[in-house]
Amino acid sequence: MNGSPAAKRRLLALLALLAVFAIACDTGPQDFLKSQASVQTQKADSLWDVTFAIAVFIFVVVEGLIIYALIRFRQRPGREAAQFHGNTKVEIILTVIPSLILAGLAVPTVQTIFENSKQPPDALRIQVVAKQFWWEFNYPDLGIVTANELHLPVDQTAYIEITSPTNDVIHSFWVPRLTGAQDAVPGRTNTTVITPTATGQFWGQCKEFCGLSHSRMRLRVFVEDRSTFDQWVADQGEEAAEPTDSLAQQGQELFVNGQCAACHTISGTNAAGTTGPNLTHLMSRRTFAGAIFRMNEGNLRDWVADAPAMKPGSIMPSGLKSMGLSQSDVDAIVAYLLTLE
Amino acid sequence: MATAAHAQKGLFSRPRAKTGWFSWVTTVDHKKIGIMYMFTALFFFIVGGVEALLIRAQLAQPNGQVLSADAYNQVFTMHGLTMIFLVVMPLGSALMNYFVPLMIGARDVAFPRINAFSYWVYLFGGLFLYTSFALGGAPDGGWFGYAPLSTLQTSDGMTFYALGLQILGIASLGGAINFIVTILNMRAPGMTLMRMPVFVWMTLVTSFLLLFAMPVIAVALFQLMFDRVWGANFFDATVGGDPVLWQHLFWLFGHPEVYIMILPAMGIVSDILPTFSGKPIFGYAAIVFAGIAIGFMGWGVWAHHMFSVGLGPVANSAFALSTMFIAVPTGVKIFNWLGTMWGGSIRFKTPLLFAVGFVTMFVIGGLSGVSHAIVPHDGQQTDTYYIVAHFHYVLFGGAVFGLFGGMYYWWPKMFGRHLGEGLGKVHFWLMLIGFNLAFGPMHILGLQGMPRRQDTYPDNMGWNFWNLISTVGAFLIAVSILVFFWNVVRSRTKGEEAGADPWDGRTLEWATASPPPEHNFDVIPHVTHRDDFWHTKYATDEEGEPVKVFAGGSGSDENIDQVHHTGHIHMPDPSFWPVVAAFGLPVLAFGVLYISTPTLVVGGLILLVGLFGWGLEPSAEEH
Ligand code: HEC
Ligand SMILES: [Cu+2]
Repeated sequence: MNGSPAAKRRLLALLALLAVFAIACDTGPQDFLKSQASVQTQKADSLWDVTFAIAVFIFVVVEGLIIYALIRFRQRPGREAAQFHGNTKVEIILTVIPSLILAGLAVPTVQTIFENSKQPPDALRIQVVAKQFWWEFNYPDLGIVTANELHLPVDQTAYIEITSPTNDVIHSFWVPRLTGAQDAVPGRTNTTVITPTATGQFWGQCKEFCGLSHSRMRLRVFVEDRSTFDQWVADQGEEAAEPTDSLAQQGQELFVNGQCAACHTISGTNAAGTTGPNLTHLMSRRTFAGAIFRMNEGNLRDWVADAPAMKPGSIMPSGLKSMGLSQSDVDAIVAYLLTLE
Repeated sequence: MATAAHAQKGLFSRPRAKTGWFSWVTTVDHKKIGIMYMFTALFFFIVGGVEALLIRAQLAQPNGQVLSADAYNQVFTMHGLTMIFLVVMPLGSALMNYFVPLMIGARDVAFPRINAFSYWVYLFGGLFLYTSFALGGAPDGGWFGYAPLSTLQTSDGMTFYALGLQILGIASLGGAINFIVTILNMRAPGMTLMRMPVFVWMTLVTSFLLLFAMPVIAVALFQLMFDRVWGANFFDATVGGDPVLWQHLFWLFGHPEVYIMILPAMGIVSDILPTFSGKPIFGYAAIVFAGIAIGFMGWGVWAHHMFSVGLGPVANSAFALSTMFIAVPTGVKIFNWLGTMWGGSIRFKTPLLFAVGFVTMFVIGGLSGVSHAIVPHDGQQTDTYYIVAHFHYVLFGGAVFGLFGGMYYWWPKMFGRHLGEGLGKVHFWLMLIGFNLAFGPMHILGLQGMPRRQDTYPDNMGWNFWNLISTVGAFLIAVSILVFFWNVVRSRTKGEEAGADPWDGRTLEWATASPPPEHNFDVIPHVTHRDDFWHTKYATDEEGEPVKVFAGGSGSDENIDQVHHTGHIHMPDPSFWPVVAAFGLPVLAFGVLYISTPTLVVGGLILLVGLFGWGLEPSAEEH
């Protein structure tokens, strides 16, 4: 490096370019171009890679030819436009080549479509019920009902049935690194297959516009090794523990005898509503309300006090304004919720 | 009998004003109607653009606070509806209205009063949609209006949607029938189909698409209206309705609609490129047949909007294949445009820049379109910003660039003065850069997993940088549009005066004065060639090279053989009944919206009076 101004400028330009790239490559938790974590998304991605390469090639050739033509054939003194109307041979060639490229893409596409539609044997069955604006996850063979956070064992194929209640709207289940979108349509059941290949936390969200809080209808998937998953299953199978603290007992009273019970289930109590999420093991989840709020006392208090103020359009009514709760009622209920380990 | 006829004549006599505002309200002249279409569409372009800026302002940063969730949903829905139904389609209609009759050597369209009616229905339909903002909330279920969200949204917005689009559909149907009949029946002698300018061909294909697509969406909109207003259950799954029915009907209309928006622009580009390259279009027959093929195949790809709905592997495969192969005729067009420039002598005037902008941007949109057909990967792409990027490259980079090219190209013909070249070029470059900054990054955002129709997004998703860039790009587009409007205003007084043929044009519209007289041509041209007007200016020497012919005449004697008219040329008289009849429609719509019998009766009466007046007025006043 000789330190001349030109060289410095070049270095600066290079650094700026690198900075832009660094920002551009700052992949978020929903990026689906990098680190696919299931057999299915890896397969889709390999198709994409081929398509992308071909598209870039065509792009460079076609745009290059256009720019070349513009420069080469620009008007200048002495230039005469050649008067020709076409060239049948060239036209035929330029029709056949794209057709062949497309045929080449079509074959693996169709193959993969059919492969992905098969129901795998010995899969873990899961039902996803999408509702405005949260997700219910049922494991019918394990007797587990939970919300917004899905747990999967690594390397085992999960067969996922997706639907939406008939009085709800269309949503779409999407976890970019694990599975492409599959719509949840009222009155229909769609399926998707996920064979996770890596443990970790994966983010997803509703992908079909579903109303006011569409952007607040998210979910997380925890892919775990076998023993962690089995432990989770065992914990979820238990009934809710009875509260011992007197404030929490008072909260339970309010919950079970108040409106909460009409919409929420807590096993081991009389609360058996199904409009809202099952709260039996609420505190085992890290987030709530479509995986957008961290599970902590402050957030829960705000939520129970006035859910629609935190999440526009939420189906859960405001505690203070609509359910006739006082602030001390809210405190008691939250104390109870905090015991739902 | 005689007295009745006499009384009628007084009541229904036709207005005569040829100047002043009343002449615009009652005009049936295709050129005046074209100009009204154009300025109305440009007005709505500003409105839809402001909505776009609001969206981008909201998304410039994570957790945006510019709009509430509710306002955001209204704004993005109205942005889509406005740009599609009130801007791109009518801007196409504007240019078709003005130029199709000129390009085929006709004096007007086949049904001048239906033409006026279509315009007024369009204007009233657009205004009707926009009154919703003042009446409890605009449509908020997306331009695609998916049921059952569209039936469940609580404001009246989606009822405005169902009724407003229905009204706009009537305007489109009227226009479509008019152009089909005009093009098939009113061509000048010698103007065979295969001699028509490509823009006229694309108008014909577009009109047939409209003719068949509009009834499909009309059915869906009626079902939505009945569900919302009278509690029918077409889409309600609790009682056996099917939400997916809406999607099939909507996209069976919606995909041809894409071609309805792009084909006119393709036609414009196919006329601009030869003019500024100084040579005939490359592969005329191929480009025409590719347009027709796109028109047909466009009916067989609708379910590629529905790959994640769960139609099953057979349907998904079939639609993946059809979607891939519609790229073939599209590719043919691109190669033909390239071939048209090849070997030419290219003049870099503003219309050419926009036409080239169209081709280059459309290539990008076309390629990303093919990538959607990879169904296993489309599950990732669908409903992300990758799709938003794709269709803006097609509809903005494509259609809007093409339409601006058309306006710069034909402005001197319409107003007798050029739009400024310098400002035009500034407009082009600003718009091209702004466009790519606004929509290029959306490809990346989509691949980073950012879904569409999000009123906000959290901070930690890695989307902040490109969203900011995209917003900057959107505002740059806005600046370019301001330059355009400044150019329009300036050209009224300062614009360079254009003669009849400012660009060394090839087609018949350049054979008459700028602006053309009301009757278009003093003498109906007698067509002997494709690019007939060019052939009256140039003959070819022994080597096939063009030689300028002075004082007109193509060297063949045929042109002398014209029927010279003597005396008065009869043109259709103005009429105020189209605007009256059109006004009945929004009134009727309000009657349905509020289930108000008096309003329905009044609206029905206005419509009836308009139609009766229309039917009973004399076909011409005595002069
Ligand atoms: C009308 C039905 C309804 C009533 C009554 C109701 N909820 Fe809810 N609740 C919901 C719905 C629906 C959600 C999911 C909202 C969302 O995520 O958008 C929810 C979510 C919750 C959550 C977050 C659960 C999670 O994991 O996401 C808690 C905690 C909760 N409710 C507590 C209560 C309490 C306490 C009461 C009584 C004071 C109550 N709810 C009353 C319907 C109801
Ligand atoms: Cu949703």
